[in-house]
Amino acid sequence: MILVFIEHKDCVLNKVSLEAITAAQNIAKDLGLKVSAVLPCDKECELAQTIAQYNLEKVIVVKNDKLAKYTPDGYADAWTEIIKKENPQYVVMSHSYQVRDFAPKVAARLGKEVVGDCIRYKADGGKLVLTRRIFLGKLDADVTVGGDAPYFVTFQSGAFRGDNAEKGSASVETVDVNVGEIRMEVEEPFQEAKASVDLTKSEIIVAVGRGIKSQENIAIAQGLADILGADLAASRPICDSEWLPIDRQIGSSGQTVAPKVYIALGISGAIQHIVGMKNATTIVAINKDSEAPIFDIADYGIVGDLFEAVPVLVEEIKKAKG
Amino acid sequence: MKIIVLMKQVANKDAVLRVSGDEKWIDESNISQQTNESDGYALEEALRMKEAKGEGEVIVCTLGAQTAKTVIKDALARGADRAIHVVADNVNQLSPYQIAKAIADSIREENADLVFTGLQSDDASYGQTGVILAELLGIPHATIVIEVDRASLTDSSLRIKRELESGWYQWFKYNLPALLTIQSGISQIRYASLKGIMAAKKKEIRDVTPSIENFAGAQKIEKVYLPLKLKQTQMLGNGDAKAGAVELVEKLKTEVRVI
Repeated sequence: MILVFIEHKDCVLNKVSLEAITAAQNIAKDLGLKVSAVLPCDKECELAQTIAQYNLEKVIVVKNDKLAKYTPDGYADAWTEIIKKENPQYVVMSHSYQVRDFAPKVAARLGKEVVGDCIRYKADGGKLVLTRRIFLGKLDADVTVGGDAPYFVTFQSGAFRGDNAEKGSASVETVDVNVGEIRMEVEEPFQEAKASVDLTKSEIIVAVGRGIKSQENIAIAQGLADILGADLAASRPICDSEWLPIDRQIGSSGQTVAPKVYIALGISGAIQHIVGMKNATTIVAINKDSEAPIFDIADYGIVGDLFEAVPVLVEEIKKAKG
Repeated sequence: MKIIVLMKQVANKDAVLRVSGDEKWIDESNISQQTNESDGYALEEALRMKEAKGEGEVIVCTLGAQTAKTVIKDALARGADRAIHVVADNVNQLSPYQIAKAIADSIREENADLVFTGLQSDDASYGQTGVILAELLGIPHATIVIEVDRASLTDSSLRIKRELESGWYQWFKYNLPALLTIQSGISQIRYASLKGIMAAKKKEIRDVTPSIENFAGAQKIEKVYLPLKLKQTQMLGNGDAKAGAVELVEKLKTEVRVI
């Protein structure tokens, strides 16, 4: 049996969980296992009916009043109990911020670890070899897990496609679980100063990273954006330094975009950035470091100084536009 | 108030990495090292907590080889009060549980009010040492903390803000003691002053040699390699940025058709 985690807020699905279903279904086929979904909630969650329309053995609503809102303590207790009851071979989750928060705790409590943020797997003699990105995306590592089941695996957002999750019909069952002391009080989640710039609608994006070196140099990128009719965006360090406002940030903690063209200036391509822009139709990367991970996903690459390349780009585009 | 900050030495962000001969890690000879980025922010937040409270002690804790003393000395120069060095070679061969266990055994008796770590290391990027450590110490944890409401601190609780995805945030009030993993960019990091560097020389660094136990459920790196290319990248300009720019405009016109 594989247990797959269904993440939600107030019974509204976090769609990355569909990616986790796809991953779990694939692994199940390779290892000859079945998949059941686990959905923590404080009631007979209506979302369970939606999830039951996928090809799963059953959807288990893990129920306790203290599971109305996410807390790491509440989820850790609920998961520990359901794992002991169901005795799964694998526990599969999407590597979301919430999963990062509670999954290692559950695993540790059961004397296990999480193989986290995997980008793919292969089945080898009845066990999985998982691939993770290390060194900020510069290298890949094939990883195996020792010891007995359950094995905990989380997959990076985008590693599997949610719309590939196989449809079917599953039974729904509710299991009341015990939840102990919750050592944290939650307030309502909120969005900070609603993004005034919606980059998800942009056709062309010019994005800057650490390679831009100073706030003054942002003007150089702005010049390129202007002539292309593009929107300006940035990687996290630029927004952390307040060289550009946070609503220009692309990546896991910022916006996720898929423009026609994405021009990355001085962006090395850490995973956290790449998950926010890898679905751009055409990716252009200009970077001094020929080994920067951004080149792995680029359609066009220029290895060199962006301060040399960009002024020429602007001039040539002017000429081309007549 | 006692705060322990976990800090790790990792390969420099800009270092050119080569896979080691046994293909299990990188070749660490001639690689410049630095303090893990988010750990630097964890230290900064701890120092600000102490300053806001007007009293307390900030203890930096590193697990690593003797070379990691550089990280410790830098932290002491920035204002940490003392250090615990959990001495271990070949940290890359240890799994997150083993690392967390060795640290837990080394700091448990300190009975700290708060433990801060960076949210993940920039080398192995397990992102779970802090969470496992909290479980082993029997204290609550919060990951990806982007703001600490220092004014809210009491003897028994602290309010913190966690970053969620896609620009969402959430405040939590935590019972103390607690462990927080700190997100990069939470504040501006201070530099060590000359006075700080001088003062650091007199501060205590305690070496601890942990017994690192085998862990059956450990994950093991079997092979490290350059990422497989997902796309056929057309490299333009052959190292000449200006020539590359000219070629790129041609591509944008004829192949991508956005000009």
